[in-house]
Amino acid sequence: MLLIRCPYCEEERPELEFRNAGEAHIARSANMAGESDDDFEKFFFIRSNPKGIIYERWRHMHGCARFFNAVRDTVTDKFIMTYKAGEPKPSKLPKNSNEVVAK
Amino acid sequence: MSSAFRIPSAGRLSQVRTARFSFDGQSYTGIEGDTLASALLANGVHLVGRSFKYHRPRGVLSAGAEEPNALVQIVRDDARKTPNVRATVQELYDGLAANSQNRWPSLSFDVGAVNDLASPLFSAGFYYKTFMWPKAAWKSLYEPKIREAAGLGVSPDKPDPDHYSSRYAHCDVLVLGGGAAGIAAALAAAETGVRVILADEQAEFGGSLRFESGAKIDGQGGFAWAQAAIAKLSAMDNVRVLSRTTAFGYYAQNFVGLVERVSDHLKAPGHDLPRERLWQVRAKCVVLASGAIERHMVFANNDRPGIMLAGAARTFLNHYGVAVGRNVGVYTANDSAYAAAIDLKKAGVNVAAIVDLRDNPTGPVIDEARALGIEINFGRAVIRAGGKLRVSSMTVQPKNGGGERTIPVDAILMSAGWTPSVHLFSQSRGKVAFNDETKRFVPGTYAQDCVSVGACNGTDGLSATVDEAYAAGAKAARDAGGKTAKGTKPKVDGSENWSRGMLGAAPGAGPDTTVKAFVDFQNDVTAKDIRQAVHEGMRSIEHVKRFTTNGMATDQGKTSNMHGLAIAAETLGKPIPEVGLTTFRAPYTPVTFGAIVSHARGPLFDPTRKTAIHPWAEAQGAVFEDVGQWKRAWYFPKAGEDMHAAVDRECVAVRTNAGLFDASTLGKIEVVGPDAAKFMELLYTNPWEKLEPGRCRYGIMLREDGFIYDDGVVGRLAPDRFHVTTTTGGAPRVMNHMEDYLQTEFPHLNVWLTSITEQWAVIAVQGPKSRDIIAPLVEGIDMSDEALPHMSVREGKICGVPTRLFRMSFTGERGFEVNVPADYGQAVWEALWAEGQKHGATAYGTEAMHVLRAEKGYIIVGQDTDGTVTPNDAGLDWAVGKKKADFVGIRGLTRPDLVAKGRKQLVGLKTKDPKVVLEEGAQIVEDPKQAIPMKMIGHVTSSYWSQNCGRSIALALVAGGRDRMGDTLYVPMPNGVIEVEVTGMVFFDETGGRLNG
Ligand SMILES: [Zn+2]
Repeated sequence: MLLIRCPYCEEERPELEFRNAGEAHIARSANMAGESDDDFEKFFFIRSNPKGIIYERWRHMHGCARFFNAVRDTVTDKFIMTYKAGEPKPSKLPKNSNEVVAK
Repeated sequence: MSSAFRIPSAGRLSQVRTARFSFDGQSYTGIEGDTLASALLANGVHLVGRSFKYHRPRGVLSAGAEEPNALVQIVRDDARKTPNVRATVQELYDGLAANSQNRWPSLSFDVGAVNDLASPLFSAGFYYKTFMWPKAAWKSLYEPKIREAAGLGVSPDKPDPDHYSSRYAHCDVLVLGGGAAGIAAALAAAETGVRVILADEQAEFGGSLRFESGAKIDGQGGFAWAQAAIAKLSAMDNVRVLSRTTAFGYYAQNFVGLVERVSDHLKAPGHDLPRERLWQVRAKCVVLASGAIERHMVFANNDRPGIMLAGAARTFLNHYGVAVGRNVGVYTANDSAYAAAIDLKKAGVNVAAIVDLRDNPTGPVIDEARALGIEINFGRAVIRAGGKLRVSSMTVQPKNGGGERTIPVDAILMSAGWTPSVHLFSQSRGKVAFNDETKRFVPGTYAQDCVSVGACNGTDGLSATVDEAYAAGAKAARDAGGKTAKGTKPKVDGSENWSRGMLGAAPGAGPDTTVKAFVDFQNDVTAKDIRQAVHEGMRSIEHVKRFTTNGMATDQGKTSNMHGLAIAAETLGKPIPEVGLTTFRAPYTPVTFGAIVSHARGPLFDPTRKTAIHPWAEAQGAVFEDVGQWKRAWYFPKAGEDMHAAVDRECVAVRTNAGLFDASTLGKIEVVGPDAAKFMELLYTNPWEKLEPGRCRYGIMLREDGFIYDDGVVGRLAPDRFHVTTTTGGAPRVMNHMEDYLQTEFPHLNVWLTSITEQWAVIAVQGPKSRDIIAPLVEGIDMSDEALPHMSVREGKICGVPTRLFRMSFTGERGFEVNVPADYGQAVWEALWAEGQKHGATAYGTEAMHVLRAEKGYIIVGQDTDGTVTPNDAGLDWAVGKKKADFVGIRGLTRPDLVAKGRKQLVGLKTKDPKVVLEEGAQIVEDPKQAIPMKMIGHVTSSYWSQNCGRSIALALVAGGRDRMGDTLYVPMPNGVIEVEVTGMVFFDETGGRLNG
C-alpha cells in the first residue's frame, strides 16, 4: 500500500484514502460544442499511458475530498510529487526524486 | 517418559512436561516445546508423507519454514482440519492429532506410488504435452483426475469457526528475523529510544543459535544470550517483540505484511484468542535479518526418509534433544556438516562416515572430527542411497569414478552450503547481485529504505554478523531521529565459520545419468527434468521453472532454486548470472485466507444500509432485496400470497386507491450557492436558469461522450438552492462526478455540494387518493392542484416536523414524495399509513414500483440503459436543452456514431401471446429462421406481467426501433421462438390524465 501526500492536508496518508482519477492536464475546452471531431477524440479518448513519469489526478476521497495532481513513476510506482488542482504542470521535477537508495 | 531417540543430556526442553499426540491414528508421546517433527523423530518416525507426483515416501528434511516434505493435516475437530501444515513449524500440544497426506490406503503402502514406476510418463512438461488435446477434456476429464490423484491435503468442508484479527502498526525500525543478527540490530536501535518491532517466525528467538553449539556471546552460550536479550527488549516501552510471526510480503514504501500465529500451538485456545493476527506495518527503515537456508546434496534417491539437512539434524539434537538416527552418514561439500557430525558423535551417536566432495579441505572442524575418530573421505561422492521407507545405506565412490563401497546407515546428514534468504529483499524490488567467488546471490541494489544484515547479506561468521547488524540497527535508528545509543555492542567470544559448498547436481547425478536425484522435493523435480527442459528449448530460467514446476510449490523453492538454476546454467553452458534468478513473490510462506480476510466476513463483509422505515417493513413481513448496500422492501406478501400475487395486488391497489412506498434510498444532493443554477446548467442536459423556485424538472446527466450517466427529479427550493435526486445506486458516483467538475473544470462557480441521502427519509404516496391521505397531516402547504401542480415542491410541516413535499410521480398516478428528516421517517410513515387505511391504501415494494413505472414507460438508468444509450436513443430528446451553449456531454452527442442512423432505440414490446412474459436480457432477431449465429438487433431491458394492463409488457433496445412501430420481431428462446410486436413505451394511460386524476 502506497503512501500519498495530499497537498491540501499536507500529510502523507495511506493509499486506501485515495481514488485515482485518470491522467492530469487534459483541459476541457471553453468552447466544447465547437470542438472538431479530432480534438474531441484527443480530449476524451487518447491517453499517454507512459512507461515512466505520468501526471495524473487523484482524489483524497476519504479525507478532505479534494482532487489534486500527482507525478508518479509507473515503473517503480513511486510518487515523485503532488500538487494542487489548477497549478501548472511542474516544469522541473525534484532532484534525485526517482533514484534508488544506494547502500 | 523418554522416547527411543530422545537424549536426556541434550537439548533444552524440560523432560517432565510431556504431551501426547497422534499421527495417522497411532499414539505417541513428546515433550512440550517440541515441534511435531521433533516429536515424531524422537519416536523414530521418519516416514511422514508421500510426494506430490510420484508418491514417493518422504521424511523430514529440515527443521524450519523451508520444509518441502513433512506436510501434514492437523485435525482439531470437525471444522478445523488444516492441510499442508509443516510438521517442522507446528508446535506440539497435548492431544494434537495429525494425519499424513497424499497416500491411499496407508502411508507405508500407497497405490499412487505406481506413478514412481511409471515415471518416464511424468517427466518435465508432462502436463503440457499430455493434456493438450482435446481442449474440452480438460474440464471434464483431465483436471478432475489430476486433482484427485495429485492433491496435497484435503480442504476443510465446513465454515472456518475461528476468528482472526488485524492490526496496523507504525515503527521507526522493523527488524525481520530474530537470530543473532536481528537481535543485535534491534538492541542497537532500541537503545536509542526509537520505536522498534522485532519479528521472528519461530516460537523462540535465536535463529541458528538454536543449533550453533560453538557460539558464545557476552560470555554465555549463544541461545542463552538471545533469550536474555529478548527479555530485555520485551521490557522496553518502545519495542514490540513478536514471536511466531512471519513476514510474508514486502510491499511499496516499507509496508510489510506479517502473520502472527496466536493460538495454533495451544491445546485449548478458547474463543477469546484469534487464531492468527495480521500485522500491516509501515516502517521508516526495515532491517532484513532473515538468515540463510541450507541446501541439500543432489544425488540418487536423496529423498529417502532419514536423509536430511545437516543443520536440521543439529537443531533436533541441540535444541530438542533428539537424535535423528543411531548410525548416521554425512555427505557434504562444506564445513558446516562437520559440526553436526561432531555434536552427534559427542552425544553418543555413531557417525559411520563423513563423505566430503572436496579434495583436501582443512580447518578446525575437520581436525576436531578426525580427533573424535570419525572416518572422513575426501574427494568422494555418495552416488546413491539405499532403502525405501527409510534410508538403509549410502554408496560411496571416488568423485571421478572408481570402486563403489556401500556403508550401512539409518540417516544421512547433508549440506551443499547455505543460500542467503533474499526473498524479502527481492520482494522489496531490490536487485540481487551474484558473487562469483562465493556462488551466492546477495542483496545488490536497494529500492527501498532497508538494509540486509548477517547471513541473508552473505556475511559469514557470528562476529562479523553481530558487528554488521549492530551498526545497521544503530544507523537505522539515527536516520529515524533516534538519540545517540548508550548501549554496548554484544561481544562475540566464540563462533563458527563455514566455507562455501556447491551448487547443482553432485557427481553420480550428472548429465549422463538417469537417476532420480531430487532438486525440488515438494514438486518432485529431478536434475534430469531440468536438463530435459533445456534440451527441449527452454532458455530462460523462468521458462525452465514453469516447464518443470521447479520452485513452484508452496515452499517456493527455498531449498531448490539455486540447484535448479545451476543445473540449467551448466546444461546451457552459460554462467549462472546470465541465466538469471527467478522472481521471488509474496507470500514467503503460505498465508491462510482467514488472516487476510480477518473480520471482513459474513455480516461484516460489506456494510448493510437500512432506511428509517426498515423496521416497519420488517414487522409487516416484507421480503427484502439487496440494492447495492441497501436492503429494500421488495414486496409485502399477505398470508397465502406468493410474490406474483402480492405484486399484482400492490400494483392494482396503487392505481385504484393509493400506495405507500419507501423511497428513502434515492440519492439526494443539495446544490447550493449563487452559481447553483449555472452549475446545474453545465451538469445536466436540461435548462435550469428559468425553472422557478417551487418547481421540479426531470434531469438527465451525461458523461462527456454523450451517454446517459444518471437521471432524477430536481426541485428548485430557492433561486440558489436545488434538491437533486439520483438513482439509488448512482448517488456516490454522481456526487464524485459533480465534485470533479466543480473542483477542477468549473472552480470559478460559487457552489457547495452536500450529500443529503441519509438526512431525508422519503415516503412516496401515489394513487388517486394520495392527496386525501396526506392533506390532513400537512401544515402550511396549499395542497390544491392550482397551488401545488404536478412537478412542484413546497417546504412546510407534516405531523409537526419539517418536510420538503414534492408533487411528482414515478407511477403515472397523482403522487407525492414526502421528504422528512430521517429521524422522523418511521413516525411520519406510520401516521401516513394510519390515514391510508381510511382510503384503502397499501404498502408496495420495489417490484411493484418497477412494474408501475414500466407501465408508463419510465426508464431506469442502468437497467434500460447500459452506458451506450443517448437521450435520443431513450426517447428523451425533449430533455436536452437545444439552445444551451454548453453542458457536459454536449459535444459527445454530436459525434458521428451518435447521430448515425440505425442506433438502438428504446421501444415497447408486446408479446403476441399476452400471457407470455419475456426474459430480461433476451435477444431479439428479425428472422427466426436464419442460420445460427443469428444477427441480433437488440435485447429486452425490462419485462413484467402487468395486472393493470391484463398482459405482459416489456421495454427493449432495438436497432432503428422507432421506425419499426407495429413490426413483428422474434425472441428465440431454448423452448421456442416468441413473437413480439414493436410498440410505444407507454402501456397505460397514454394521455397522462391520471397524473391529476
Ligand atoms: Zn486531503
